[in-house]
Amino acid sequence: MSALASLYRAGLVACMLALLPAAAFAVIETYDFDNASLQQRFKTLAAELRCPKCQNQNIADSNAPIAADLRKQLHAQLHKGASDEEIVEYMVSRYGEFVLYRPRVNQVTLVLWLAPALLLLLAIVIVITSFRARASAESVELSAEEKARLDALLETGSKPQDD
Amino acid sequence: MKRLKLFLPLAVFLVLAGFLFRGLSLDPQALPSALIDRPMPAFTLPVLGADGASVDEKALSGEVALVNVWATWCASCRVEHPFLTELARQGLAIYGINYKDEDDKALAWLAELGDPYRLNIVDAEGTLGLDLGVYGAPETYVVDARGVIRYRHVGVVNAQVWQDILSPIVDELKREATAS
Repeated sequence: MSALASLYRAGLVACMLALLPAAAFAVIETYDFDNASLQQRFKTLAAELRCPKCQNQNIADSNAPIAADLRKQLHAQLHKGASDEEIVEYMVSRYGEFVLYRPRVNQVTLVLWLAPALLLLLAIVIVITSFRARASAESVELSAEEKARLDALLETGSKPQDD
Repeated sequence: MKRLKLFLPLAVFLVLAGFLFRGLSLDPQALPSALIDRPMPAFTLPVLGADGASVDEKALSGEVALVNVWATWCASCRVEHPFLTELARQGLAIYGINYKDEDDKALAWLAELGDPYRLNIVDAEGTLGLDLGVYGAPETYVVDARGVIRYRHVGVVNAQVWQDILSPIVDELKREATAS
């Protein structure tokens, strides 16, 4: 291998390595936590709260300024000793139920919560009834008249039976 | 009965198409504010260009007003600025919240483009914005005479938005205020 080629290759690898951290840590603030359980709660809540600006991202993933504000707020509230419920209530009272990726069960969201179970039930009912219909279609009983006709047809079309 | 069953897929399609068609004219970005019919959140913040004088939420009550969240870094704010100036010229009370901005830049902006605001609240840290549920500038709140938030519009206020949405609400609230 020529020296030029190996230099080129080293340069390429260096470039790729330089790009790597930028991709891996798109959100760059760092937060200190007093203990691991706070950190875990921060992760869980940040993943469950939805960014109001970029609507299909949670606040942990989003780069929007408002998501950064909410992360900061979340961190501050956790350190003030607020419970998960209090923090969620704080967010909902400002940004509405919209910020919850896991909507609360109430009159408005009941359909949302029950629909999967109901649809599954409906699917099971459809499958069972269609299987039953097919099974009963297969085991249809012939009337005496039809049986005689069938026998006659079979006899003319095949060899006489032994008995 | 058997024959009716054959139309089931068509029926399902029509229902689905109905929902999807309705979806075309809905704006998924439009979020109802969580603060509708709630009083303006409490705050004490400096007034822009007033040498440290501060203002609280009581200053915003007394008459029907627009509270406009703006910043010099917000391109759409520049777009709506002339229309806000026009509304202010017609006598509408408009208060500004200068959201996460620098005072110098904000004052230069007002000097250059005109100042439609009765006063501007300096919300450099975005704390009032957070309490209001602001998620991007510009946002415009309609506040009634008692200082209660009655409507929130996200995005540019222009002649069309004013005519179709905000003006009827403001008129209604003004009637309400004179009746009581």
